[in-house]
Amino acid sequence: MSVTAPDTVTTGRQIPDRLKSPLQRFLASWELLLLGVAIAVFVINSFASPYFLDPWNLSDATFNFTEKAMIAFAMALLIISGEIDLSVASIIALASTAMGFAVQLGADTPVLVLIGLAVGLACGMFNGALVTGLGLPSIVVTIGTMSLFRGISYIVLGDKAYTGYPSEFAFFGQGYVWWVISFEFLLFALLAVVFAVLLHKTNFGRAVYVVGNNPVGALFSGIRVTRVKFALFLLTGLMSGVAAICLTSRLGATRPSIAFGWELEVVTMVVLGGVSILGGSGSIPGVVVAAFVMGMVTFGFGLLNVPGIVMSIFIGLLLIGVIALPRIARQLLAKRKV
Amino acid sequence: MENNAGPGASTPGPHLNTPNTGLQNMVMLANAQDSADKHPQSGDAVSPALSLTGISKSFPGVKALSDVSLELYPGEVTALVGENGAGKSTIVKVLTGIYQPDEGEISIGGTQVTFPTAQDAGRAGVTAIHQETVLFDDLSVAENIFIGHAPKTKFGLIDRRAMIDRAQALLDRIGARIDPTVTLKDLGIANKHLVAIARALSIDARIVIMDEPTASLSHKEIEETYELVERLKAEGKAILFISHKFDEIFRIADRYTVFRDGQMVGAGKIADVSKQELVKLMVGRSVDQVFPKRSPQLGNEVLKVVGYSHPTEFEDIGFSLRAGEILGFYGLVGAGRSEFMQALFGVTRPSKGAVRIDDQIAVIRDPNEAIGHGIVYVPEDRGKQGAIKGLPIFQNVSLPSLKETSHKGFLRLAKEFKLARDYTQRLDLRAAALDQDIGELSGGNQQKVVIAKWLATKPRVIILDEPTKGIDIGSKAAVHEFMAELAAEGLAVIMVSSEIPEILGMSDRVIVMREGRIAAEYEGDDLSPEHLVRAAAGITEVRS
Repeated sequence: MSVTAPDTVTTGRQIPDRLKSPLQRFLASWELLLLGVAIAVFVINSFASPYFLDPWNLSDATFNFTEKAMIAFAMALLIISGEIDLSVASIIALASTAMGFAVQLGADTPVLVLIGLAVGLACGMFNGALVTGLGLPSIVVTIGTMSLFRGISYIVLGDKAYTGYPSEFAFFGQGYVWWVISFEFLLFALLAVVFAVLLHKTNFGRAVYVVGNNPVGALFSGIRVTRVKFALFLLTGLMSGVAAICLTSRLGATRPSIAFGWELEVVTMVVLGGVSILGGSGSIPGVVVAAFVMGMVTFGFGLLNVPGIVMSIFIGLLLIGVIALPRIARQLLAKRKV
Repeated sequence: MENNAGPGASTPGPHLNTPNTGLQNMVMLANAQDSADKHPQSGDAVSPALSLTGISKSFPGVKALSDVSLELYPGEVTALVGENGAGKSTIVKVLTGIYQPDEGEISIGGTQVTFPTAQDAGRAGVTAIHQETVLFDDLSVAENIFIGHAPKTKFGLIDRRAMIDRAQALLDRIGARIDPTVTLKDLGIANKHLVAIARALSIDARIVIMDEPTASLSHKEIEETYELVERLKAEGKAILFISHKFDEIFRIADRYTVFRDGQMVGAGKIADVSKQELVKLMVGRSVDQVFPKRSPQLGNEVLKVVGYSHPTEFEDIGFSLRAGEILGFYGLVGAGRSEFMQALFGVTRPSKGAVRIDDQIAVIRDPNEAIGHGIVYVPEDRGKQGAIKGLPIFQNVSLPSLKETSHKGFLRLAKEFKLARDYTQRLDLRAAALDQDIGELSGGNQQKVVIAKWLATKPRVIILDEPTKGIDIGSKAAVHEFMAELAAEGLAVIMVSSEIPEILGMSDRVIVMREGRIAAEYEGDDLSPEHLVRAAAGITEVRS
């Protein structure tokens, strides 16, 4: 009854599986270019400041990117699928505020963690429901919830701050697992592996790429597009909750302005990592390297006492430069041919 | 537009890649001011309006055109024929200034010219109407026609009144009954095409390139297009007409030029050539234009549809389908055939109706459930609904079968490659490698990948919606052959087609739809072109 592929093929020619070997692909990849940038930044930094190569200084430097990178992993998947979430920093604010509020009621560390994660999930669910349920564009929805979530924090806190977190809670943002390896860095590394496997090795990850490249075609191929997108909003919310726990623990206090402006740094990290802002392509290793690049640039400038505003100018130029470079190279090559 | 197989023909890079041809064409149309002298040519003049000599064009790894010549004469239609990938689209791009030839000359009216940009081609009086013309859905018809060269008031603002009047005049000239003030998205595809033609005429070009203008039109609309071509001929335009349909080539063309593998293999007057000779030139071998002979072995009833209805698209559709049967769906464009098929596949929900598979009620709420029940759909809109461009061939093939090729939700690339190898080989796919982006393949080969992807799910019922639209005659024959093979293996096949020869040649039984309803059903000796056309148009009286 059903059709099976014949064992003996009478017609048709043999098509090779791959045109280029994985190694050749890697040599021409964005990730390698970015790795070069990372090494260059590292070398420049170590010459520019005698304090840079100190293990403890380097360890401290990782805090510049670990929390943002955790969100960036989930954001990378979301952007590859063709959506975006600009409310992530505000989710941190709301989750942190909820945890601070619970502390005032005497909650202990496990409860605080649960609250942080639950608020993140709930916010992600809210975004996801608006986008997939009502079919609203995610950029508009999350600009709205960006104001909404942080607005709630401001109403609750005003110009006050929540402090008095239990001492065990400090472990997430200030604890060390082994020598200079902090808990946050370990978590970052673990999450990098988990997200890389999820995106590159699972059916779900494949669906993310398919949806991002062609949502209509995905639907016509039996992929439940709205479910995939909803799951990604949940995941991004959850990771914002995780980041909220780490950041709150590290600062030991909650103010409504916590993580202000992080959404753009997270998106910058994702795009710098080679994820197409239009969706459909990108990789987790790219985002990991981009996280290191951004973290080291910030740290190096910090050691040299460069003001923050110069840093953000540099990051902006770096982003435009790295994105424009391949394009300019291609145009020059094309001109030479004509 | 067909895509040449080479890597050079694809748009570069994964980032922000926007197809540039449409935009450039627009710019070309926009800037093409009338520099052409308008006097009609003297009737017996034989000097070509445009001639190309020794044109070559290479992309990395592919020689798309090699030493090609082409001549277009005023007041005559030259048909350009060739299989997908023969270089037809490339020559159009050379003619419209999008590609620069590596070698060769272009001359217009005897003077040698170059088209460094699309604007230059437009100024020289060359205009193209493409397969997939770029229009603006949210602008009015008049705005679409005059975008970029709208009549201005003395203050430099757009003179809306004059624009609408001139648009009306242009539309009247091509016999289109379209109100120039309506928004484009409210028009059907055929009328959109007329708008595109009006836009081309608004520039007063001397050389008009029509790239498969009838590909997505219904019978009546095609007739109107032919009349339009006649009118353009009478106005002395030199027309390059690209088509896969031999009947229309013999009907409206005066001359022909045949491309094969990037070379010109023949040219001459249509009157001096037969269809068979032309086909032979085109494919380099003689292709049986006859449909595969079948002796259908009908099995049990596989699918039964009862009272399928939709609030706006279709009403009370019911039929049954047996294993090994090919059931044709014929009708005019807009008769609701595709809409019904998509509801059957779960993309849209019907308001009423039931589906039985093997006499069991089947609940189909989304395509995933349809696939689970063994119903698969090869869509008409290959680019949007079929192929996932940006992903490699093997991932396109394995997409609906990932449950089988993966292990506990984790991908198994080796299994995916094997699946892709098995099924693409069976369909005689032509590609450089299985990890090549499907978007780099020609239309016919993309279609083979889409069919392969569905066969790999081992379906019970396969719905093919216009399976050979816009693909070359060689691939067409392969698809027909393959359909016959599938039916012989016991698959139940539904084929939606607007081409009468295809419907008659392939189907065991034909359902004709009109305005969302089943108008008639024919089988055996009742299957005739007259019956189908009458039922589709709603003509019940048999005139003697």
